[in-house]
Amino acid sequence: MAFKVEHEIHQRRKGRNSGVGLLLIGLVGIVFGLTVVKVLGLTDVRQMERFDHVARPQLEPGALEAAEQRAADLAAASEAGE
Amino acid sequence: MTDVTNHSQTSEAQMGDYFALMKPRVMQLVVFTALVGLLVAPVGVNPFIGFVAILCIAVGAGASGALNMWWDADIDAIMKRTVKRPIPSGAVQPGEALGIGMTLSVFSVVLLFLATNALAAGLLAFTIFFYAVIYSMWLKRSTPQNIVIGGAAGSFPPMIGWAVATGGVSVESILMFALIFMWTPPHFWALALFVKSDYGDAGVPMLTETHGRKATRNHILAYCVPLVLVALGLGVTSIGGPIYLVVAVLLNLWFLKGCYDIWCRTDADSEADDHAVEKHTFKVSLFYLFGHFVALLVEALMRANDWNVW
Repeated sequence: MAFKVEHEIHQRRKGRNSGVGLLLIGLVGIVFGLTVVKVLGLTDVRQMERFDHVARPQLEPGALEAAEQRAADLAAASEAGE
Repeated sequence: MTDVTNHSQTSEAQMGDYFALMKPRVMQLVVFTALVGLLVAPVGVNPFIGFVAILCIAVGAGASGALNMWWDADIDAIMKRTVKRPIPSGAVQPGEALGIGMTLSVFSVVLLFLATNALAAGLLAFTIFFYAVIYSMWLKRSTPQNIVIGGAAGSFPPMIGWAVATGGVSVESILMFALIFMWTPPHFWALALFVKSDYGDAGVPMLTETHGRKATRNHILAYCVPLVLVALGLGVTSIGGPIYLVVAVLLNLWFLKGCYDIWCRTDADSEADDHAVEKHTFKVSLFYLFGHFVALLVEALMRANDWNVW
């Protein structure tokens, strides 16, 4: 079903409306592109969870470093035990 | 100010009228210098993030242009050069310009923050504030040094581009800022010496009218000397190099000679040859800024490819 022009303002503002439409499409493209670039740029896949808007203290830099340190200590301890 | 109530809107404003609010010619310089600031930085940026950052800086500059046109609608309607701008011509209502300016300001700063970092976004926000409030609302109509201080707003883009890449401010980005900042007064005053302006009718104090043309000639030379130091100083930082230094020496000799010639002349000399030296020096000033930033880009390209001219 074709849209029917109900008022002359539709015709008068056609250029403006088309322009706003293109700008909105451009904005969607920018937000999508930024999302792709930011997500692909993550060094650790676990950080993907940062984008679900839920606070995750275990993903804060300090916590990640502490976890890595713990893992290193455990590895060193197991090596020493052998 | 905005007490100009425009009842003469006869036709529907088109996208082109709204685009004209954003001062596209100023945006060209902003985009170019911001791009150079971003590309010469020692840290690489994802091309798409770089594109979005430059877009945000351009939109932020355009937003401050729209706010400037909203505030200056009354004087724009008086001066011949500006009477065809969208608000005095009746194409766009002042309220629309204010709305567009405010919306795009917030939009560009927030998007730049999300895409890059807080420092770049903060610098962009400060630039918009500086141009719209400090320059347009306060200093433009109160001091003949308005060009000098207002020039700071146009000097921030390379610093923002650098901050996008590095997340910081450094001596290189400060010197790029200083290069445009010191270049702006001689560039505009050379123009003011040969263009008949009606700033006086609009109540805007311009140096040529408040202090006379001789004082303007003195000011042009006085700003050109520190400009030379800044331009050469940039050459010994990490973004400079032999090619930049050669280009800078030649361009600075050329521009300094033009400023010196302007300083030596009287108004009678100037009238006699239809301001030939002033017009020539103004053209040189355009090559001057463009040449310095292109030379910085060439140096960045050479560093990226490990080319050594020595």
